[in-house]
Amino acid sequence: MSAAVEITAIEKRYGDTVSLRSASLSVRPGEFMTLVGPSGCGKSTLLRIIAGLAPQTSGEIAIGGEPVDHLPPKARDVAMVFQSYALYPHMTVAENIATPLRMRELPRGARLPLLGRLWPGVGERRARIRAAVTRAAEMVEIDGLLARRPATLSGGQRQRVALARAIVRHPRVFLMDEPLSNLDARLRVAMRGEITALHQKLGATFIYVTHDQVEAMTMSSRVAVMMDGGIVQCASPAELYADPRDLRVARFIGSPEINVLSVDALIAANAGFAPLAAEWKGAAHAAFRPEALRLVSDGPGLAIACRVERVEGLGHETLVFLRTEVGGHPLTARLQAGAFALFSGDSAVARLSPDDVLLFDGAGQRLDRRHVTPTGGYAHG
Amino acid sequence: MADIVLTEAPAAARPRRLGAVLPARVAYAMAIPAVALMVLTVLAPIVVMLAMSFTDYRFGEDAIPFVGLDNYLQLLNDRTFRRALFNTFAYVAMVVPGSVILGLLLAVLIDGLDHGGRLYRLVFFLPVTATVVAMAMVWKYLLHGTIGPFNLLLVALGLPAIDVFGDRSLALAGLAVINIWSLAGFNMVLFSAGLTAVPQDLYDAAAIDGMDDKLDRFFSVTLPLLGPTMMFVLVTSTITAFKVFDTVAVITRGGPRGASDVLLYTTYLEGFSYFRMGSAAAMTTVFLAIMLVFAWVQARVLDRRVHY
Repeated sequence: MSAAVEITAIEKRYGDTVSLRSASLSVRPGEFMTLVGPSGCGKSTLLRIIAGLAPQTSGEIAIGGEPVDHLPPKARDVAMVFQSYALYPHMTVAENIATPLRMRELPRGARLPLLGRLWPGVGERRARIRAAVTRAAEMVEIDGLLARRPATLSGGQRQRVALARAIVRHPRVFLMDEPLSNLDARLRVAMRGEITALHQKLGATFIYVTHDQVEAMTMSSRVAVMMDGGIVQCASPAELYADPRDLRVARFIGSPEINVLSVDALIAANAGFAPLAAEWKGAAHAAFRPEALRLVSDGPGLAIACRVERVEGLGHETLVFLRTEVGGHPLTARLQAGAFALFSGDSAVARLSPDDVLLFDGAGQRLDRRHVTPTGGYAHG
Repeated sequence: MADIVLTEAPAAARPRRLGAVLPARVAYAMAIPAVALMVLTVLAPIVVMLAMSFTDYRFGEDAIPFVGLDNYLQLLNDRTFRRALFNTFAYVAMVVPGSVILGLLLAVLIDGLDHGGRLYRLVFFLPVTATVVAMAMVWKYLLHGTIGPFNLLLVALGLPAIDVFGDRSLALAGLAVINIWSLAGFNMVLFSAGLTAVPQDLYDAAAIDGMDDKLDRFFSVTLPLLGPTMMFVLVTSTITAFKVFDTVAVITRGGPRGASDVLLYTTYLEGFSYFRMGSAAAMTTVFLAIMLVFAWVQARVLDRRVHY
């Protein structure tokens, strides 16, 4: 009951503005794929194009190996969950959930209000729809609310109704457009777990759009990071964090944000540090995660002289916000809580292993092996 | 114990906004101007009218003879009044569906336009801004039995001329068309406003759920979500149609032979042509009662069913 989704060179233009530029992505059958990116990066547009709600300017979408570009949303065998829930306010919960089935299985006459009940020969189909509605409602634990109207439900309950409406038909692909954005923080965490569990239970392909990197990292099999209308990197959450191919990805994934310094500043502070191959002439950035930094007076690795600006104790860990003595660049260190005493205004030396430094060129592309000297070209000790 | 309870309870009930409790006398005194205005302009005239309906008062006479329910009993047997009542209901039954359906159709069609929506809305709204009496004159000329362009066209096409306002079976329908023409634009604007409140997400969800047919979408999403607007439009259109007077007074004067006699026009003739104020007041009371029924229906039945 799952299908691959093949997105090939999708482009979307509104007049002169380009919303998507040559976006390509292969979603494997049964995968939980998250499209993540800042607002305006085109992720929702791409989802609407997959659903068939908006036509692409060029490019192709294939679901289960079949091109679907000419098909209306109904024929693509997809279900969609919206940020606003998009429930029909005049229908009860049961009627809302039943709509996708009623539209497909009952003839037009039987769908008429009032009169439709007298339509002959569809009794068995009606019973089947009722059973499917009950099953879907039980799956998301709203079987007690079937007779209510959406206006009388809480946000979390409405989102469950929207989920039930999506699963009732057992589509091959689920599309979710920021489904948790309208929920409060605590409920969002709970629903994150439930949607992941639902994915495992259904085994269908999920394509999930969010601007929240925590949702992307915690729920997905793979994450596609989108920036300026293109897919910058698509990889598993762990790989995205450890091995970003683009400085924008490195910055977007991870909180607090990754530290970025110019390579020149790092070299100036550490004689003998030569991370780049000799023929590399352009500008370059060095990036390292906050947890790669240690604040110890001496030890191996690179050293950066800093001044402490602010210390935030979070209980299990402490964030130290620093500014480099030379150049005044901001740095963040994530440390184990407790074992030190630092106050704002103190001087400190931030140390890190050269292996933890990721190098990017001036345009933000990750520098590949050929431009990087082994072990960062730094003699340990 | 009792003391504590007594002193605490009023403190909790103290109005927050002013932070002080006004003595009842002051509060009532402050309400006097508004109450006086309402009594003088709304309630008193109604009471006077009700009282007058139990008398045989004639305009200009000194005596006000009390006749009890005579005026109402006479209305029951008054063929002119019964015909006016019937005509009015027939008129409402034509104008309300006509103007509501036409208004809804225009609103939905204009809503689907990519360009020119504003222009169309403006054009269809123009009749609303026009003076009814002046427009009635124009319509009277347009549909005139011998010199009207409509009939000249019919004759030019070799068809028989139709004297709309001279034909007993067409006069009322002719008046209804004029009212539909002027009311549809108003209803269109109301429906247009209602349509902008239907979220696009719902249409998207409908498309995913399998409603790719325009009619399906209209009956399953648009129409139910226009419920509150629809109720408002139905009630205002009904009241407007019931109050028909200007076109009757200008174009047909109730004719031909009473075929377009309506409630307000009959009442007007009774009171201000024949000066029988008592009987005119009784007719007005009947009119008021009908209006009250519609207001009650609006408040009770429709209001509960269409708000989500």
